[in-house]
Amino acid sequence: MALTHTRGSEAERSASLPDAVPEAVPDRPVAHSAVVAGLEPVAPTDAEAPSAVRTRRWTARPLGVGVVGLWLSVIVLLPLAALAATSLEGGAGGFVAAVSEPGARAALWVTVWVSAVVAVLNAVMGTLIAWVLVRDEFPGKRVVNALIDLPFALPTIVASIVLLSLYGPSSPVGIHLNATQPGLLVALAFVTLPFVVRSVQPVLLELDRDVEEAAASLGASNRTTFRRVVLPTLAPAILGGAGLAFARAIGEYGSVVLIGGNIPKKTQVASQYIQQQVETDQPVNAAAVSVVLLLIAFATLFVLRWAAGRGRAREVSS
Amino acid sequence: MITVSGARKSYGDFTALDDVSLEIPPGSLTALLGPSGSGKSTLLRAIAGLETLDSGRVAIAGVDVTGLPPQKRGIGFVFQHYAAFKHMTVRDNVAFGLTIRRKPKAQVRAKVDELLEIVGLEGFQHRYPSQLSGGQRQRMALARALAVDPEVLLLDEPFGALDAKVRADLRRWLRRLHDEVHVTTVLVTHDQEEALDVADRIAVLNKGGIEQVGNPVDLYDRPANDFVMSFLGSVARLGGLLVRPHDIELSRDRAAAVAADRSVPGSPGVIDAVVERVVRLGFEVRVELRAHTGERFAAQLTRAEADALALRPGDEVHARARQTQDVLEVDPALAI
Amino acid sequence: MKVSTPTRLTLRVVALGYLVVLLLVPVVLILWRTFEPGVGAFLDSVRTPAAISALNLSLLIVAIVVPLNVVFGVGTALALVRGRFRGRGVLQAVVDLPFAVSPIVVGVALIMLWGVGGWFGFVERSGFKVIFGLPGMVIATLFVTLPFVVREVEPVLHEIGTEQEQAAATLGASSWQTFWRITLPAIRWGLTYGVVLTVARALGEFGAVIMVSSGFPGVSQTLTLLVHSRYLDDHNTYGAYAAATLLMGLAVVTLLLMTVLDRKRSTR
Repeated sequence: MALTHTRGSEAERSASLPDAVPEAVPDRPVAHSAVVAGLEPVAPTDAEAPSAVRTRRWTARPLGVGVVGLWLSVIVLLPLAALAATSLEGGAGGFVAAVSEPGARAALWVTVWVSAVVAVLNAVMGTLIAWVLVRDEFPGKRVVNALIDLPFALPTIVASIVLLSLYGPSSPVGIHLNATQPGLLVALAFVTLPFVVRSVQPVLLELDRDVEEAAASLGASNRTTFRRVVLPTLAPAILGGAGLAFARAIGEYGSVVLIGGNIPKKTQVASQYIQQQVETDQPVNAAAVSVVLLLIAFATLFVLRWAAGRGRAREVSS
Repeated sequence: MITVSGARKSYGDFTALDDVSLEIPPGSLTALLGPSGSGKSTLLRAIAGLETLDSGRVAIAGVDVTGLPPQKRGIGFVFQHYAAFKHMTVRDNVAFGLTIRRKPKAQVRAKVDELLEIVGLEGFQHRYPSQLSGGQRQRMALARALAVDPEVLLLDEPFGALDAKVRADLRRWLRRLHDEVHVTTVLVTHDQEEALDVADRIAVLNKGGIEQVGNPVDLYDRPANDFVMSFLGSVARLGGLLVRPHDIELSRDRAAAVAADRSVPGSPGVIDAVVERVVRLGFEVRVELRAHTGERFAAQLTRAEADALALRPGDEVHARARQTQDVLEVDPALAI
Repeated sequence: MKVSTPTRLTLRVVALGYLVVLLLVPVVLILWRTFEPGVGAFLDSVRTPAAISALNLSLLIVAIVVPLNVVFGVGTALALVRGRFRGRGVLQAVVDLPFAVSPIVVGVALIMLWGVGGWFGFVERSGFKVIFGLPGMVIATLFVTLPFVVREVEPVLHEIGTEQEQAAATLGASSWQTFWRITLPAIRWGLTYGVVLTVARALGEFGAVIMVSSGFPGVSQTLTLLVHSRYLDDHNTYGAYAAATLLMGLAVVTLLLMTVLDRKRSTR
């Protein structure tokens, strides 16, 4: 329990003021700044000043920053640092060699390609679903709305099993996506479904209908209104949701492990390749491809944050 | 009694308190009055121990509390936005300080019942703060602060978040409460009317320092300087001097005005002006004027005076000050 | 934007059709396949010693991870909201990091750190089994669930501000009393929401755990590993369905709790 009291220094300060004994101070104002200046109130308000500054620590702080930092380091940072170190065990050349092995390249390519397709699919279908959920009325809408979150709540391995039961070897409808790229696609679409829906829905709810009506009153067709007015407003949310879906798909493992088939150069995704490398005791290969996956995910999230910041700036300035 | 001596506090470049010393007599209700940024809230929070002074000392009831945390200062503090414990009922809110001190249950109950009656919230004890109006929440906060029998009661803009009607009711109620309980009370406000209405002493703060301390009547009639004068009550600028609008007399007869003006010491003289607008505000009439020098000012007349003059926009009148506050020559003894 | 009825119906059919094919049919199908042989068969399948031990292990991991996440999650949130120190931005980023890391990569990273050849390999060599033991699975689960409590508690702390805590201090409460009586009750729904998310993720985590578990049935298999091994290794498709249904039941409970809590949080 680290209460960052500033009282030690305070005691010192008062000790250095030996004559500051509270002798009866005259009730009169102390002649300080004698000049009475302008009558306008000055800028920072009383209410704002204290919060903006370090005040005494009476607030509960059961854990010091140090403990928190240590905890986060041991759980999150050190493993990733060890991973990065391992990937560079063979030097930069070793890293490049590990990543450009045919198996690794193929796995990364499949992963990025399928994830990109899934992101686009989500952008389209997610927006459409969000639209229907916000603007349409039909019985059972609330149930459908609740269902959207199911993929987030469902363990990924269960998602795999669930999809296999319909599209696997024992498919009742005769669709066999087992060990195919469309199989990967279905699995990833399943687990990333909520991202775009849940990011577009609130924006659509808050979308000012007046603006649409104004566009219509100016003679714009539905198509034009959607393209010129609605879509630009939704675009950041769609992009954000699709980006998160992409980042999630890149690293996905549980949902593709059974339906994907793990066929090298065809349906083996990066995470499966990494696992295979660990099992065949090639840690540098595994670590190097892991680092690439991490970098792709970070880059995606970074671009999203940057784009979101720019979007906000534009909205404020307009 | 609260004694603050040589208090200094700054936030980066901004000086909130600049060598402030102040004595608050026991049993008084003192208002710290000043504009935003004058340091009044910082001073109050420093007395409470919620703010640490850069230098200077604070003593409460003769005990130096400078190094003590708020828990050990024997204070009751009321916040502008109530700081109600939202997850507790009114009863639990008021009892909080006593429960913390592990007082016997029966004693707590009796004390809380008594306080709820004083603040007029009996019957609301099982409600949650969200089910109370703003005024009720603030009364609950007051009861909560009083429950621990504080040496001093500190109120930080307690009525600032309330609407005008409730505010006026509550401050009269606070005055009556103070007359009953007699706990030394310090009230921070930026509202001069509130300070004049409720406090028996006012300290006017500006830019981190105290401009004047005294009882409301003295401050209004004998302000120590232009700042105090213009902050307490409205002012008009007549011939370069600050004058209360109700001290301005208008006349259609210049000779009579000049004659009357001779008996006023330090008078700005008779100012010729043109009526621009006449505004009837219930029992009083505000006349907006423009002097020949171009200076605009307003005079405050009773209805009878205004009717006798029958002023219309465009009329020529002669203004003089019935009395002036020569703020710079005020007797220091009177300012206390 | 007034959409004509045919367009609206088309959109509705496409959206619902997509959801039915992707979500509803597979889920209903697996329920049907699980319960087609009768509830007895399902119960038998989830009551085998391996299944019970898997359930116990999953619950044990939850029981270890949740308190740790509560303590450190609330501590981290407090530090992020109330603390003014250098490197706060870095701390923020580190908290979000687990969201961006693939579960498999988590597993690999843990092996690189705690494995025999890793930086902390001395722990393993001293005879305390981390990787391929319970500690490894716990740490992996901690990694993936770390953001939940922090991210749910943080906004609530922002919202309540410090005024109530200051009020408690002026009334004589020590900082410990203030924490227990004021801060904790104020964040309780956000905290509960975070715990529910943590439990759900801890029960459902697969990729990170499979990397650091030895995967022996009845010893080091969690429920998700059981589903995997029944399907792949034992070719016990029905058993996998049954175990998946059990997990799905837990997920639905989570979903319901989330909905209820969401309402509670907003009407607080």
